[in-house]
Parts: sequence; C-alpha cells; structure tokens
Amino acid sequence: MRDQRLWTWHIGAGVVILVLLGLHMTVMHLDAFVRVFNATPEEPIHWSNVVARGRSVFFLVSYVLLLGAALYHGFYGLRNIVFELNPAAALKKAVNGVLVAAGIALFVVGTWAAWASFQFARVAG
Amino acid sequence: MADTTTHTEVVFRIRRFDPATDAAPHWEDYRLPDTPGMTVLEGLKQIKESQSPTLAWRSSCRMGVCGSCGMFINGRPRLACNTQVSELEASLVTVAPLPNFDIIRDLVPDLMPMIDAHAASHPYIIRDDVQEQQHPTGEYWQSMHQLEEYLQFSYCIKCGCCMAACPTYATDPQYAGPMPLGQAHRYNADSRDGGFTERRRVLAGERGPWKCHFAGECSQVCPKGVDPAKAIQLMKRALVLDYLHLWKQPCPAPVAKPLAGLKRREGIPEAPPRTIGVAGV
Repeated sequence: MRDQRLWTWHIGAGVVILVLLGLHMTVMHLDAFVRVFNATPEEPIHWSNVVARGRSVFFLVSYVLLLGAALYHGFYGLRNIVFELNPAAALKKAVNGVLVAAGIALFVVGTWAAWASFQFARVAG
Repeated sequence: MADTTTHTEVVFRIRRFDPATDAAPHWEDYRLPDTPGMTVLEGLKQIKESQSPTLAWRSSCRMGVCGSCGMFINGRPRLACNTQVSELEASLVTVAPLPNFDIIRDLVPDLMPMIDAHAASHPYIIRDDVQEQQHPTGEYWQSMHQLEEYLQFSYCIKCGCCMAACPTYATDPQYAGPMPLGQAHRYNADSRDGGFTERRRVLAGERGPWKCHFAGECSQVCPKGVDPAKAIQLMKRALVLDYLHLWKQPCPAPVAKPLAGLKRREGIPEAPPRTIGVAGV
C-alpha cells in the first residue's frame, strides 16, 4: 500500500513538473512567439523582466511547487534505483532516511531563496 | 549479420551443469546433420539419444502449448519446440537455461520463484457467490467487448520467457516480474471477477508493478504474443486511480438468464449424453 501511495505522488509530481517546466520553457525560450509574463519587450533574462517576474506571487508559488515536485520526483527515482540493487533492510531504511532529510533540507533552502528573491524584487521594483 | 548459407551440419553449443559433479556451468558442443524442419527440441532429443544421455531439459507437448521448454536460444528466450534451427539462420545454435533463474541441472531452470509470485497474486476468479460457483446454474454473462479486455493475457502459458528477458527482474529478485503481474491483471480485467481488492493487498506492495521500467522485452519475446508490459502499465493506472478513489470495481458479471423463445434449427444433432457428475461414471 505504501508503494501505491509513493508511486501515485511520483506520477502527480511528474505532471506538476511537466506543466511548470513547460511554463518555464515558454516564458524563457518562446518569447518570440508567446510573450507571457515578460513585462517589457526586452529579452526574458533582461533585468526589468527578471524583476517583474520576481515580484509575482504566482511565480513565487510556482518556483516552490516546482522545487518540491522535482525533489520528490528525483529522489523517489533515486530511491528506486538504489532499491533495485537489493540492499539489506537496514540499508533501505538508511537510504530512506538520508533521502528524506536531504529532500527536506534542499526544499527549505530553495524555498528560502525563492522568498528572499521575491522580497528583493519587491524592493528593487 | 545473419548466416543465410545452406549447412549440412549444425553445431549445438549447450550449457551443461550437473550440481553433483560441476562447480560451475560449462559449454559443450554437439554436431548434428541439419535436417529441414528440425526444431531445437528435436535437436536436443537427437543429442540425448545418440551423444549425451545425461542431457536434461523440460518439455512436454512439442507444439508451443504447455510452456515447458523455455530456453535461452541464440541469445533470446524462446520455446525450443517452437524454434526451427533454420529460422535461427546460423550454423551454431547456442542453448542455455533461461536467465534470471537458478539452474537445477543443464537446461532446467528453477521456476519456483515465478510460480510462487504467480500463486500469491490470486490468479483465479474471485467472487462472493460461492454457492453459484460450486453448483452453477448457468454461465456468467460476458460481452465480446468484455472478453477482449483480458483475452490476449489469457494466452499466457507460464513458460518464463518474459521473466528471463526482464532487465528489472535480472537485478531485483524482489520484483514479482512480468508473468505474475500480467496474470494478475488478466483476472482484474475479467468482468466476471471481483477480486481487485484482494489482489491489491499483494500488488500494491514493494513487489508490485512500480519497478517495471517499461523496457518491453517481455512482450518482445513472448512466444504466444501476450503483451505483459501493457498489462503492467494498465495495472499501474488502476492502482493509481484506486489510490485517488477514482477506481470503482464493477460488480462481477451476473449469471446469464437462459435464452427464451429460441427454436432449435433443424438438422443439428443432439448433444452427447452428460457424463461428468453422473453417479457411477
């Protein structure tokens, strides 16, 4: 049952990545065709556009969501690869612990970075 | 590149192993005249009769139905009875036991891990109406469309070729493998069955379909044209929907009502008298 739950979240995270990464690619690389979320006619990586996106609550939420989904999706995949090597039960438990701890730590750091850039963009704007 | 020249002789390179005398498997060569239409199984029988009486393998029906003679022939899991030497297009035929299983002797793999995983997944119709099953009053109703949902999976002969080809099962013996999972789906997809919840207790765990990488080799090598890879993906979908409470187990098919108002066509003979269940027979 546990694997059924983990797998379902893995699939869900994959869908979130697909949507948000698609949005990122559209914003950053298809600006010549689809001008969304770019406040000025400059390049998407131009300071004015970066700050404009950075001020957006929508982007703050999407960054954090993408971070969480990518961390879960990637670490669950890594866990599966390690488990396919058929480690002992104690090692499996240790791998689970390390991946959960690393995932939470990276999520906290990434969320803090997104929040800090959001605050900076509001001041800079 | 395939060898398309005509040969008068074919060499069988067979992996031999006798646990009583050998520390490890080894290869032995046997030469046979290349006769048209000769199958690998016939070649093995000729070798046993004329050159090596101790050669061991499993076989029974000789027509691709029983699933006993799965072997690793020229680098691919195949049925020995269903593989003609000519179709291999080579003068050298290498024969080894199916990979991913322990070897009992010579070409005989130990298929018990596969059979155990198969048995654990309840590969039979599960229903609540025990009385009807033990004393049937008719057939369970099933449409042609419902039959199509599981028909191809029911062609599985449990030969183990899919298990031998599976790259995940090769590294992870905890994985149930394509045959047990495919057969569990065969019953989950049967409209007469109501055992999804019971099978889920086994399938939703660590041995379940999650470990499948969808390499698809199981479906490539299946001698009966079954597509276990598809069954596993469909099972994943069902289990995900089940977790999200979007999966509703349909009620198992009811007993079909007797056909009424039909007249027997003229000239059709009567069925032979019933013998099964008749006292004294």
